[in-house]
Amino acid sequence: MEYTLYILLLPFLSFLLLGICGKWFSHRLSGLIGTCSLLAVTALSYLTAYEYFTMPRLADGTFERIVPFNATWLPFFNEGLHFDIGILLDPISVMMLIVISTVSLMVHIYSFGYMHGERGFQRYYAFLSLFTMSMLGLVVATNIFQMYLFWELVGVSSYLLIGFYFTSPAAIAASKKAFIVTRFADMFFLIGILLYGYYCGTFSFDSPEAMNIAQGGFILPAALGLMFIGGAGKSAMFPLHIWLPDAMEGPTPVSALIHAATMVVAGVYLVARMFPLFIAYAPSTLHIVAWVGAFTAFYAAAVACVQSDIKRVLAFSTISQIGFMMVALGVCTSTDPHEGGLGYMASMFHLFTHAMFKACLFLGAGCIIHAVHSNEMSAMGGLRKYMPITHLTFGISCLAIAGIPPFSGFFSKDEILTACFQYSPVMGWVMTIIAAMTAFYMFRLYYGIFWGTENKELHAHHTPHEAPLTMTIPIIILAAITCVCGWMPLGDTGFMPFGHFISSDGLAYHIHLDPTVAVTSIIFAVAAILLATYIYARDRQPIADALADRFSSLHKWAYHRFYMDEVYQFVTHRIIFAHISKPIAWFDRHVVDGFFNFLAWGTNSLSYAIRGFQSGRVQQYAWVFFVGVLIVILIMVL
Amino acid sequence: MDYSQFLHMHAELSLLLVIVVLFFADLFMCPDKKSGRGTFNTALPVILLAIHTVVTLMPGSESGEAFGGMYLYTPMTSVMKAILSVGTLIVFLMAHSWLKNEDNLVKQGEFYLLTLSTLLGMFFMISSGHFLMFFIGLELASVPMAALVAFDKRRFESAEAGAKFILLALFSSALLLYGVSFIYGTCGTLYFNDLATHIDGSLVQILALTCFIAGMGFKISLVPFHLWTADTYEGAPTVVTSYLSVMSKGAAAFTLLVVLIKVFAPMVESWDVAFFWLVTASITIANIFAVRQKNLKRFMAFSAISQAGYVILGVMSGTAQGMSALVFYLLVYLVANLGAFAVLNVVEQNSGKIGMDDYNGLYQTNPRLAFLMTLCLFSLAGIPPFAGFFSKIFVFMSAFHAGHHVLVLIALINTVISLYYYLLIVKAMYIKTSDAPIATFKSDAYTRVGLFLCMVGVFLLGFVGVYNYLSTINYGI
Repeated sequence: MEYTLYILLLPFLSFLLLGICGKWFSHRLSGLIGTCSLLAVTALSYLTAYEYFTMPRLADGTFERIVPFNATWLPFFNEGLHFDIGILLDPISVMMLIVISTVSLMVHIYSFGYMHGERGFQRYYAFLSLFTMSMLGLVVATNIFQMYLFWELVGVSSYLLIGFYFTSPAAIAASKKAFIVTRFADMFFLIGILLYGYYCGTFSFDSPEAMNIAQGGFILPAALGLMFIGGAGKSAMFPLHIWLPDAMEGPTPVSALIHAATMVVAGVYLVARMFPLFIAYAPSTLHIVAWVGAFTAFYAAAVACVQSDIKRVLAFSTISQIGFMMVALGVCTSTDPHEGGLGYMASMFHLFTHAMFKACLFLGAGCIIHAVHSNEMSAMGGLRKYMPITHLTFGISCLAIAGIPPFSGFFSKDEILTACFQYSPVMGWVMTIIAAMTAFYMFRLYYGIFWGTENKELHAHHTPHEAPLTMTIPIIILAAITCVCGWMPLGDTGFMPFGHFISSDGLAYHIHLDPTVAVTSIIFAVAAILLATYIYARDRQPIADALADRFSSLHKWAYHRFYMDEVYQFVTHRIIFAHISKPIAWFDRHVVDGFFNFLAWGTNSLSYAIRGFQSGRVQQYAWVFFVGVLIVILIMVL
Repeated sequence: MDYSQFLHMHAELSLLLVIVVLFFADLFMCPDKKSGRGTFNTALPVILLAIHTVVTLMPGSESGEAFGGMYLYTPMTSVMKAILSVGTLIVFLMAHSWLKNEDNLVKQGEFYLLTLSTLLGMFFMISSGHFLMFFIGLELASVPMAALVAFDKRRFESAEAGAKFILLALFSSALLLYGVSFIYGTCGTLYFNDLATHIDGSLVQILALTCFIAGMGFKISLVPFHLWTADTYEGAPTVVTSYLSVMSKGAAAFTLLVVLIKVFAPMVESWDVAFFWLVTASITIANIFAVRQKNLKRFMAFSAISQAGYVILGVMSGTAQGMSALVFYLLVYLVANLGAFAVLNVVEQNSGKIGMDDYNGLYQTNPRLAFLMTLCLFSLAGIPPFAGFFSKIFVFMSAFHAGHHVLVLIALINTVISLYYYLLIVKAMYIKTSDAPIATFKSDAYTRVGLFLCMVGVFLLGFVGVYNYLSTINYGI
């Protein structure tokens, strides 16, 4: 499968072409170049997936790990340690190829309409190609170091795309915030990688002999924990989540691609990648991951209930859903999906379904913003008659995320809840309640946009209209995928084939619903939707207003995201800048610079003082020579 | 008599053959001042020397000796000789434009013969296994050198430089011989291989060691035996200066290391402490002087003294690692320094200017030369990714491993100072402007080839694993 190399090369070439020659291309041509290369990448990814999953399994029932391409980049002398760049195909990387190429292709097509006539159109497509290349390189990495390289590239392209509207101060601030926060987390990731490489003597994901060296100590759990902090930064886990809501300043298709479907799940992917190590050597670290995920899911869901900017709601919903995926990984206690290892499959399954419906939601939100020219819910309401297609697809995605059968989110969320109940009933109930909150705030959003009172004042001079075909086709496709991908029949494998391909021990796992969990979660979800309908579906919302008044301080806190940004401001400005950075700056300016100024002054004056030695008289030279000999003798004797 | 032992001397024999061929060529090629025809063709010595280099590098046995141990052969000496031959080749290439001057047309053959004689002396010095052989090599390398320094004998500075050089060279040789006599007096032999068992560090032997170090310190131009350097470098023809700054220094440093390890190993504590002060003084004082120089040849003299200090850092560690670091440092120093001198020389031949201020605005008129000069200076200063960075790192590493932590720190601080004065030239060429900049000119083909060789070295030596190759060679110590 050497052609997998082209999956990385094509978007890279398109990035170079558009980045260097873009200014001579028309908008249409550059968009076509980007989209066509992505089309080819998608076709290759599907071909890869088809060939990979139809291969005969190994004797022990797992899929073979294939490395179609590998090159040693930097060997270290005498250490046996080396950096490789290569392509690794295994079930989860192939699944990620599908997710990334599909969503990216949809976003490429969608951007044709959404970014139409925008200044820097070519630059936009160049960055999209760069991002796609980096993200694909990240998931097919053969070792943790290659993953880190592409991890940083993904961060850079995210930074560039958030700051795409570089004339807007808010976008610039948001891009900087995203970059700094994720880089801060990546520092821990790097330390983790170095610890891992140093003590295990390898950068590869699994190497039994290396593991034996590290076994028993606390190094490996610590390294894995540090790597998780890196993953938490990219995946916006509490308290490193603060960049993601602001990242919504970027173009909406970018939010759909990077900040909903692909990049933000990189942290989940990282934990899944290191999963065998976590299970074998650091199960307690894994459970910390679970509780961090659970708290993040709850926190983000609570904040999402009161936001008024639709992209912010979706952003917090993304944070919350990634929390679900982390929880699912964290509650695993073994690699056997029948005994405590179900969460791994559930997490990957949810990653897959979530990518599709959340991309659909974001692209739908893009259509709405395109129509009303605002992000605020107050500018919306009653849009269902103007935008039927967006309404329908958005509704389907809301049902999916709320966990209503037969949409895909129901199946994946059900597996997560089952896994949680297997781990502990407390976790199970907590996650069930958060799932209900999800349903509630998503339908609050849905009703706020498509039902309720029309904003006549705004619509008077600008009637909202349905988006053009280039924008509606992608959301229709994504909604269609959302409808079927949870239970899709596939050949002889029966329904719901996801576990057939991906499970924690690599063997085929037949997904079956746990009736108690399924019924409970449906009841909770429906109740939450009904509650949202009762409160928000009418023209006026007296109950919501009353509740906001009744719990005004709680509402205020949640609306301001529990003042997490202010906490950061305080810690960085008042504590770190004032008490650590300032003294260091003073030391640098006065002591370090002063030392070097002194050195320069000293050199100069000394050279003036001793210039008499070089007189040009041979007698003196010989004399100095002789005295020098005597001094050397003295030095040696003494 | 077993003649196969002469095979160990293939480097010297082939060089001798080159000298003889050039001697006869000089006899039969009658100079014709008017037409310029019939004069010496630079290509001849260059090609002969290239062949000789290949012969030198031909793999021989692991070790060997000739003349009953007077002459010792190891693969590493071959490598060192080949390095010196390549350097001489580059010097010949850049000498072309100078030798085609009207004054020098008749003396071209002399230049080649004198230069190659000193080279032969260095070869014997490097391979010597006996103090007498060593001394003969040393003198063979010094006396023709004085003639070379005074090559422009009608020019006052050149004659003065030659006189100063020969006077001080005699002084240092006398001291060195004095030291050797002490060694013979205490040990009863002068064979390197036999001496090690007799050295016990008595006062007389300390005296001998000091005289030896002073004699070699003169060649390497270590402070305080360096005072001749600036005057000689300034007065000598630029080509000769470049030869002096690289070849004789390289050969002397290599020999110093070999003799110290072979003969004076039991006194390692004594010479460690002596070198600590010599290196510190050399690097620091030379840097301090270099900061003020306005004449670029004098400037290069002080730069060479400070570089000598770094070379001795490799000597000090006294290990195999130090040996390869030293040879690598010399090789890198050779290409960078010769590259810089080639630019100085070609500018001097075309404009007659050699002052720092004359170089103001060189980038405007001769951008490529200015760029090459910059690269060479960067390499000398040790800026990555040029070869000089790697050679400094290896020398520092070997000294650090040998426990000379303070010295490495001092050397590092001095690297910063040296960066300052190397950048002064870059600043003159690129930033400063001049009312009367050096006019645009075309350099000759030979200089270009020489500069090309230097650039290849500056760019590639750090990356192509030369250092690893050097570490695998048998040192014979």
